[in-house]
Amino acid sequence: MSDVSAQIEMASPGAVVGEHELLGELTVEVQKERIVEACRALRDGPSQYVLLSDITCADFPDEPGRFRLAYELTSLATGARVRLRTWAGALDPEIESVTSVWPGANWMEREVYDMFGVRFNGHPDLCRILNPLDWDGHPLRRDYPIGGEEVQFSDAV
Amino acid sequence: MSTTDPRTENFPLAAESREATLAALREERGLTPTERVIASVEAYTPQEAAERTLANEMLADTRPGVRAPLLINLGPNHPSTHGVLRLIVELDGEVVKEVTPVIGYLHTGIEKQCENKTWWQGVTLVTRMDYLAPFANIKTYTMSVEKLLGIEVPGRAQWIRVLLAELNRIASHLVWLGTSGLELGAMSVFFYCYRERDELLDLFEMVSGERMNHRYFQVGGCAQDLPPGFIERLQAFIDEMPRRIDEYEALLTGNPIWKDRMKGVGVLPADDLIALGVTGPTLRAAGVPHDLRKTNPYSGYEHFQFEVPTATEGDCYARYLVRVREMRESLRIIQQVIDGLPEGPTIADDRKVVLPPREELAWSMEALIHHFKLVSEGFKVPAGEAYAPIESPRGEMGCYVVSDGGPKPHRVHMRDPSFVNLQATAPLCRGNYLADLIAIVATLDPVMGGVDR
Repeated sequence: MSDVSAQIEMASPGAVVGEHELLGELTVEVQKERIVEACRALRDGPSQYVLLSDITCADFPDEPGRFRLAYELTSLATGARVRLRTWAGALDPEIESVTSVWPGANWMEREVYDMFGVRFNGHPDLCRILNPLDWDGHPLRRDYPIGGEEVQFSDAV
Repeated sequence: MSTTDPRTENFPLAAESREATLAALREERGLTPTERVIASVEAYTPQEAAERTLANEMLADTRPGVRAPLLINLGPNHPSTHGVLRLIVELDGEVVKEVTPVIGYLHTGIEKQCENKTWWQGVTLVTRMDYLAPFANIKTYTMSVEKLLGIEVPGRAQWIRVLLAELNRIASHLVWLGTSGLELGAMSVFFYCYRERDELLDLFEMVSGERMNHRYFQVGGCAQDLPPGFIERLQAFIDEMPRRIDEYEALLTGNPIWKDRMKGVGVLPADDLIALGVTGPTLRAAGVPHDLRKTNPYSGYEHFQFEVPTATEGDCYARYLVRVREMRESLRIIQQVIDGLPEGPTIADDRKVVLPPREELAWSMEALIHHFKLVSEGFKVPAGEAYAPIESPRGEMGCYVVSDGGPKPHRVHMRDPSFVNLQATAPLCRGNYLADLIAIVATLDPVMGGVDR
């Protein structure tokens, strides 16, 4: 088990589901309910993963968890990186927000909500960000067709 | 008379916010702060606006000394907001109480389109995101794909990539300096900066055939070698450029108006910036020497001698100084590339990924087949995920790619520094004057093409 997994396990026993290192990138899979605890443990731990680089999502319609979230964490002290991964669930995808750990997660989570429809509980301002507020559907889902969207502003021509 | 029920036609909100209210009702939640503030500045017809003014006047507290906060909508097409950035500002007199950035006006769905194109076609799409740093966009994309493929990029290609990335950094900082000067009233700087930037665009055109949106970096290396005469013209530019930067500094660094507008404006402690995810010159100006070229060297940056400029003040002026010094450091790196550019191929020799040389198509059947397969079907990338961050002119830019083993990406996500850095607008502006907001947004240097993607 890597140091990163050990740190998470120490703060929140049983949170780590698995880990693997591929192409020099360490990925730790954690339980969805423990994501905030895992993030806080790594931020405050000895390796100081203080910078949340990115939160993103990928849609796997055939998987039971469907929406796979990836949190890219960076340590400014050592330059080390780790990716936390978890599945949000196919029906009614939702997960705890990490805005309490990093305020910078605000827009990243809004983007995931806008594009995939994953709800982040405890988010202070969860609404659409890149699409208009009245947009229908979540465009980056695999079952959202390309080219099927309404033409905007057509009444102005 | 208007009503407070959003399900009726005469609900006093334009369609977009009415839909937002309805969506919130469906999901059994209230409006979020951003939705509420957008609804508050929603556009009315002049007639509706007059009706509302009348109604508000009757409600208003007219006692002297009592004033309500003023909500102002700036943008999305405001000359000083650095592109199609919409800022909804709550003002108390001239002091900013709250700023809500509203983005998405340049959203083109590049990430979605990438999923429907082959891996090599994606190169053309991602170039168009951060339009001031096209080489950075392609670089992070190709690096991620190369990581998944496990393909080795030849030394000469790496050095050319470093060369163009640094030239791009100078070009981007020149646009930043010129437009920031323009926004703060130093108009002549704009003309000087664009003069040099045009020379840089000419150099890019020599290399790639395009002034912007180059498709020059390919998966595996660079599309072709540097053209004849390029190095000589580049050397002339490098020799001249330090004097030109001195010129900008002579105009600005000691300029009392420039200093008044910039010094002590928009300060946030480094810890707060890190918590917000801010990277790049903005973070370095607050004293954190975080530069991926030094901390996680890629493309052979460990072979070059250069400093990471930092400052401790963390204000707009410090950000200006850091960027100007970064241009000088980039010039140092470029000189080292010119002096030590290795000979050799400029693209990997892997016929399953890289197009065969053009002349080979005339006599080699295999080359023709490879060419046909690569162009029609594209190359396949082993299943997996990769994230290869680089230091773009604005901070950490990374591309997260997921492959399912096929010729098209399963997911392409760009971590654009402009998007993340822009979140710092509100904390940086609170308590400052409205005029300072212009300086703060200018020195954050968001590129809306990158923010909205």
